[in-house]
Amino acid sequence: MKVIEVSNLRKQYRDQLVVDDISFTVEEGEIFGVLGPNGAGKTTTVECVAGLRVPDSGTVSVLGGLSGIELREQLGVQLQSSTLPEKLKVWEALDLYASFYRAPMNRDSLLERVGLADKRDTRYGKLSGGQQQRLSIALALIGYPRVAILDELTTGLDPQARRDTWELIEQMREDGVTILLVTHFMEEAERLCDRLALIDSGRLVALDSPAGLIAKVGGQQTVRFRPSQPFDDSVLRALPEVTGMRRSGGQITVTGTGDLLLAITTALSAVHVVPADLRVEQADLDDAFLGLTGKKLSR
Amino acid sequence: MNKMIFTELKLFLRDPVGPIFAILLPLVLLLGLGSTPGLQEAPAEMGGERIIDTHFPTMMVILAVVTMALTTLPATVVSYRESGVLRRMSTTPVSPVRLLVAQVVNNLAVAIIATALLIGLGGLVLGLTPPRNLPAFAGVFVLGTASMFGLGLLISALAPSAKSAPGIGSLLMFPLLFMSGMWVPREFMPDLVRQIGDFLPMAPFATALRDTWVGHAPQPLHLVVVAVTLLVTGGLATRLFRWE
Repeated sequence: MKVIEVSNLRKQYRDQLVVDDISFTVEEGEIFGVLGPNGAGKTTTVECVAGLRVPDSGTVSVLGGLSGIELREQLGVQLQSSTLPEKLKVWEALDLYASFYRAPMNRDSLLERVGLADKRDTRYGKLSGGQQQRLSIALALIGYPRVAILDELTTGLDPQARRDTWELIEQMREDGVTILLVTHFMEEAERLCDRLALIDSGRLVALDSPAGLIAKVGGQQTVRFRPSQPFDDSVLRALPEVTGMRRSGGQITVTGTGDLLLAITTALSAVHVVPADLRVEQADLDDAFLGLTGKKLSR
Repeated sequence: MNKMIFTELKLFLRDPVGPIFAILLPLVLLLGLGSTPGLQEAPAEMGGERIIDTHFPTMMVILAVVTMALTTLPATVVSYRESGVLRRMSTTPVSPVRLLVAQVVNNLAVAIIATALLIGLGGLVLGLTPPRNLPAFAGVFVLGTASMFGLGLLISALAPSAKSAPGIGSLLMFPLLFMSGMWVPREFMPDLVRQIGDFLPMAPFATALRDTWVGHAPQPLHLVVVAVTLLVTGGLATRLFRWE
């Protein structure tokens, strides 16, 4: 079942086109990522889906076209740049938000799940960035949403807090919540998302699974090693898998596709060369983004 | 809704500077200055009433109300908008309008407590007469206070940032307090200044409140100006309010 359907979405601020003809659908139970650099129009796109902004043209349909209170009952939203009153305690925030829904989640077990059980009497302003973020996720989940929109949920978190948050998202998926995730972290998108929409300058560049996107740029791989003794370039250049070869100092860098590593090691052993310090690097989403847009995703 | 009011009340009490100021300042002024000779006078221009009996306590009630309405309320509401508290709530089934209602209820409660203390302690300590036309006093208080909260919400709608909101409130508050007779009773003002004051939001409220304290009926013009203030500020605030 299609949970979110966005077609030909357009949004303009003053004379700047922020979202330019974006279409995608999100299936029930999947984690759908919206990936792109800062300022690409990701947030505006999902804010249109959340009903916080009205598109200039195009249509958005969530859960078969729900709107107003009916939609907000089923939709959990975690926004970038929205906070709670500094002096509100964790427990009070949860209690207040629980009162907004007809059948809210059990607050104690939710606190347990987001790892804030020992912080229930702590004021929002005294929480660390990661704890505030997890409280924010808890508030988005408290009404048993069928769909959750999470915007840049791990930005500003330390690596440990980031991994904890990812685990929380994976638990949500197991509960059957459909998730629309906005991120500019390649690693986050690669780990969590079933499918990804790559967005750049307001346009949808590509839409596929993380592996599919990487394959789109040719599945290029890089192999680096130090040869045990000199050999002629032609030994490797003649291989059909090899697309490029470079020597710098004692190190050789070979790029290519297919079973590159096997081809290289076989060819080298035929001329009695042992590759030392052998390393293989797979193309990742960063490379895919670079290949598809000509821009770097992360710094 | 009860949960929201209660939660906001708890937050309100954790940051009690505004309400304490609104309650204590007028009370201390009333009790502290109550025995000064100047306030014992009963000028003929003011209908032979002693200034301390009706004029001064009226002004203290006004001071308490407008402190809450024009500075404390806008400061909280604008900071809620600025930090995304209202926006966050707008993604839930509950409208952030309720948060504004809860804020108004709590600020209003402080204004009512301050007024009750002024009347009660003024009577106990200084032997002041409570409002003689109590139903009319209560009616004018409710209408006038509502109009001041309307003005406060309009400030909240227009203030560009949480830092500027109380400043804008004060900037509006002091001239309006002056025109209401805070420092010089309106009877001693030049005719032109008094007539201008009749059409500003605060002075008609203050005058009508004092009229009912003395035991008179409020002047219809004053009630009309107060009611129009309420409608205009309330309407504009509703139309201009931004949630983010």
